[in-house]
Amino acid sequence: MAVIDTGGSLRGGEALLAAVRARTSKPIRYVINTHGHPDHVFGNGAFVAEGTSFVGHSKLPQALATRGPYYLDNFRRIMGSDLIDPVKIVPPTLLVTDTLTLDLGSRRLALRAWSPGHSDSDLTVFDETTKTLFAGDLVFLRHVPVMDGSIRGWLGTLKELESIPAQRVVPGHGPVSEWPGALANERRYLMALLADVRASNKKGEPIRTVADKAAASERPHWELFDDYNARNATAAFSEIEWE
Amino acid sequence: MMGYTRRLTLIAALLGIVAVPASAEEAYDPWPGLVQDIFSNRPMNDGGNVIGIEMPYRAEDAAIVPVTLRSKLSPGDARRIRSITLVIDRNPAPMAAKFELGPDANVTEISTRVRVNNYTDVHAVAELSDGRLYVSKTYVKASGGCSAPAAKNAEEAQNRLGKMRYRQFAREEAPASRVREAQIMIGHPNNSGLQMDQVTQLYIPAFFINQLKLTQDDSPVLSMEGGISISEDPNLRFTYVSNGAKRFRAEAKDTDGHVFRNEWDVEKPGT
Ligand SMILES: [Zn+2]
Repeated sequence: MAVIDTGGSLRGGEALLAAVRARTSKPIRYVINTHGHPDHVFGNGAFVAEGTSFVGHSKLPQALATRGPYYLDNFRRIMGSDLIDPVKIVPPTLLVTDTLTLDLGSRRLALRAWSPGHSDSDLTVFDETTKTLFAGDLVFLRHVPVMDGSIRGWLGTLKELESIPAQRVVPGHGPVSEWPGALANERRYLMALLADVRASNKKGEPIRTVADKAAASERPHWELFDDYNARNATAAFSEIEWE
Repeated sequence: MMGYTRRLTLIAALLGIVAVPASAEEAYDPWPGLVQDIFSNRPMNDGGNVIGIEMPYRAEDAAIVPVTLRSKLSPGDARRIRSITLVIDRNPAPMAAKFELGPDANVTEISTRVRVNNYTDVHAVAELSDGRLYVSKTYVKASGGCSAPAAKNAEEAQNRLGKMRYRQFAREEAPASRVREAQIMIGHPNNSGLQMDQVTQLYIPAFFINQLKLTQDDSPVLSMEGGISISEDPNLRFTYVSNGAKRFRAEAKDTDGHVFRNEWDVEKPGT
């Protein structure tokens, strides 16, 4: 058994574990984290057990070390002490720098570590048997993409990701969808954002102005657009300035 | 696996972005203590007509929060701003930067980017040539969700170490105006040194730009004493009045003793 991502609290992790246990009593050999964001790793503590290895991108331990305490503080504020105080940051010990295959007996999982895109510790899991790609937050559907790595890197990663011979994708946010069609909206969003911040930078506009205008054409297509787009624009602009 | 429970948790997290803090810690106001520590308890005058501070109310990206400091002195005022100290009250090291303004450069606007760790007041304290301190403040909410005041791409930040860029912007004033608007960028990770490595329980060492001097030829325009609250790849955008110098120069030092120097032709905008 392998578990991919564990939710945003210890309680969430425990509920996930209970859901797993309702179906099978097979031992959980691996807990795979697709990256270091709190909504993907805060449930890790529920899976700490003899014989269970935590697996992640080779950059994930560093990302958790530098960001973990802040994530804990911030999520405590958002979700309350009751949910967040029990959370322990559990970093991976089985690290992936490039690719790694986990053999579960009846199926093989092909793991791949990516250069900075959505975050700087993105990892995907391809189940070769069912042709299912667990893309983590490299793929968003409905929920506006959140850029916390590199916008140019993310677009580059999408080109390679697309060639994975999956039939369906389990995205980090949004419904299970057909592959690679599921990438179309996200790619359009990221390209619009990139084009807009490049144009702003070329014109000499200050960073504070891009938050309001970049990728504005995308607003109708996404949920939570106003919660994350300004952030994406600020981050993308500060990256593009160095081109 | 991504079960229903996880989605519920996520929704809670996402909706929670608008939640307001209400802990005892938030009720405590660090400012009086900071006035003592940073300004030796010198009297603070109302800066409403002296110094403006602009930041977004919500820090969209906690690692890159734009801040603009603006002189509000009228052109006829005999006093000038000698220095501006930027204090982010609830950051681990609250004194973000102290800017010294060149006596002949007439800097009226400075924009930079800072890290914000918490919901916090941010103060700008201007010292005028009359020797008095004037304070203005604003309030910023650190963002929720995935935002963190840390490097997004730690490796790339390291690769840019010491690279500098200068850029001049077109202004709306008449072509003959000597007012210039320019920007300096310095590639540097500006590590805070306040992040605990969860595995080793050791602090990751601080490594940041602590001094930056900008001159036109050899005449001071603006200098900055920086702290760890300045964002990765320190970026300063500012106005100044040209003295006719042909070269714009920058010298930066970091906490490891590196010295970075560069100079550019002021006539040619761009890098
Ligand atoms: Zn994420």
